Amino acid sequence: MIELESVSKKFGAMIALHETDLSIEAGRTTVLIGPSGCGKSTILRLIIGLLEPTTGTIRIEGQRVSASSVLALRRRIGYVIQEGGLFAHLTAAQNVLLMAKHLNQPAGQMQTRLRELCELTHLPENALTRYPVELSGGQRQRVSLMRALMLQPNVLLLDEPLGALDPMVRARLQDDLKEIFERLQQTTVLVTHDMAEAGFFANLIVLLNEGRVVQSGTLDDLRNRPASTFVSDFLHAQRGLAAI
Amino acid sequence: MKSPAILFAIFAFCSVAQPQQIVVGSKRFTESYVLGEIARIALQKAGFTVQHKEGMGGTIILWQALRGSDIQLYPEYTGTITEEILKTKQPLSTDGMRGLLRQEGVGMTGELGFNNTYALVMRRDRAAKLGIRKISDLRNHPELNIGLTLEFLGRRDGWAPLSTRYGLQMQNVRGIDHALGYAALANGSIDLKDAYSTDAKIEENNLIVLEDDLHFFPQYKAVFLYRLDLDSRAVAALEKLAGTIDEARMRHLNSEAERTKDYTFAAALYFGQKYVSPSNNLIGKIGRWTLRHLELVGASLFLGIIVGIPLGIRASRPGPVSNFILATTSVIQTIPSLALLALLVPIPFFGISPVTAIFALFLYSLLPIVRNTATGLQEIPTAVRESAAALGLEPQAQLWKVFFPLASRTILAGVKTSAIIDVGTATLAALIGVGGLGEPIISGLNLNDYSTILQGAIPAALLALLVQFFFDGLDRVFVPKGLRLKQ
Repeated sequence: MIELESVSKKFGAMIALHETDLSIEAGRTTVLIGPSGCGKSTILRLIIGLLEPTTGTIRIEGQRVSASSVLALRRRIGYVIQEGGLFAHLTAAQNVLLMAKHLNQPAGQMQTRLRELCELTHLPENALTRYPVELSGGQRQRVSLMRALMLQPNVLLLDEPLGALDPMVRARLQDDLKEIFERLQQTTVLVTHDMAEAGFFANLIVLLNEGRVVQSGTLDDLRNRPASTFVSDFLHAQRGLAAI
Repeated sequence: MKSPAILFAIFAFCSVAQPQQIVVGSKRFTESYVLGEIARIALQKAGFTVQHKEGMGGTIILWQALRGSDIQLYPEYTGTITEEILKTKQPLSTDGMRGLLRQEGVGMTGELGFNNTYALVMRRDRAAKLGIRKISDLRNHPELNIGLTLEFLGRRDGWAPLSTRYGLQMQNVRGIDHALGYAALANGSIDLKDAYSTDAKIEENNLIVLEDDLHFFPQYKAVFLYRLDLDSRAVAALEKLAGTIDEARMRHLNSEAERTKDYTFAAALYFGQKYVSPSNNLIGKIGRWTLRHLELVGASLFLGIIVGIPLGIRASRPGPVSNFILATTSVIQTIPSLALLALLVPIPFFGISPVTAIFALFLYSLLPIVRNTATGLQEIPTAVRESAAALGLEPQAQLWKVFFPLASRTILAGVKTSAIIDVGTATLAALIGVGGLGEPIISGLNLNDYSTILQGAIPAALLALLVQFFFDGLDRVFVPKGLRLKQ
């Protein structure tokens, strides 16, 4: 589904990602995890073409990510970031509909989709006319998710989508998100630094450190068959994990 | 970039040529205004259509305007011609002067009669108390406060060579506007200033002229300088004025001009005419000045926006081009407005016209617009920037649908700053005879008449406030509601 072939990324002399081969399966949720600066966000940004790889190629459904293909590919990918990245000058509904309007979709079809998404993400419909500053942090992330899903993308990329939320809101949104992933059965890549969250969502966990993939597998694989001491150290550092 | 082409088209549209008309220029002091009016009336009597551009500036601006055909003649003084225009080392005969001027395409009429040389003046009571009669007496009073016009300070026959000649070592010398200098003399903040020997204020203010006991000052005989391509009948009409104005007559005309605040009236006295003053409708005059002022501000601001915003968009991306754009617009801002006008006037396309004023104001309006556009765009957080790209919007659509609305408040603030700067700076347009609210300010300054100054200053201040309110209103139109809400 998403194939990274010998992909690396350097910023000047700093290597953000060493040569990496990674295959992300269709219809499943893959979680990229690791400490800050391990390269997990870099992979996400390479997939959606916000960064260009220093070496290697990336293919999405067989199509290579390049300057000429990136615009069309991005319209088939939903992307959600930590702060939501909502546009402050537009209402929630305008944020969600921006791209559909730009592509001149029929108004009726857009309204139907908007209602569907409200129901899916549990956003109250009266929040649609509010501006981002008038929404709570959790509502902002729900709107951001709606915006990402508006064009019915084949791939959903989430970069620490819950990182900025307080624990109660976060737990509720985690449940909702999991339900959404199960309903949509979509190719999803989620970046987090929280192993409990990774275990909660993932079909496959990819653990990275210092720009390299250290181990990929289920939470069970990582816990019981760690590939290195780093893996066990990383798991140990996440308190309360044993409860899962 | 399409902008330079648009710019050119607008300027071409603005500059309406007026052929077959004689334009008389004059410098920024009463006597020059009066002589300019006398020339205008004399030429009108000879059957020409004449316009008088009053108080355009100092020697350099007038000379350049004459050379550049913006004006066909203006009153000048022989001392100024040798010292400032021809810059010859030794004194010239009248014929020598004519010969050198001819090479520049300029003719000179016969002397009008009076000698208006520089003089140093003091209040009569103050001079008597200190026992000063002659310039050489100043040697004993190095502590006196001296306020000189900038022109006199800089001239080759001005303050520095005079001090050398007389061996003066005055300690407190500063530059001050000519008209304001009289007020400063009257209230005692300065003791001594430079003046012209036919200056009406010498009598009015009870001043004395210090005797030039070493004969330092050269002769300043009034003449008209005209372009050699001027109609020979017009030249003949000017020549008839030669030898008709002695010092007493000139001083009388000057004093009448200042008393009545009306140069045309004084010039009419020369011709012995009964003169009917044009309807003195103050509201109408202020209305005309304000309208012209708004035209200047509007045209320059419009250009500033259509050029400044694209430049600002370009300057928002990092790199040497952006540094160049920002540095250039900043440097323009540091050029004093008077110097900018003086630099533009000799350029053939500009000259003495509204286009020059609009172009100068346009240059001043650029920096706030360019810088705020660039800053507004740069301040958009990376997360928002990347979200717009990740949606699959084309770069153009990202700019128009997301970045521009988000930066709208900062950009509008830049336009507002430019508009207010323009309203203030546009008063300088009157220096090149283009009008606007600077006209009463400058003529009031030259006449030492505060009520005339206020006729320009008050509307200009109100206009600046109005512009402020207008843009605060525009905020509601242009800045999206989502950005005006408080968290």
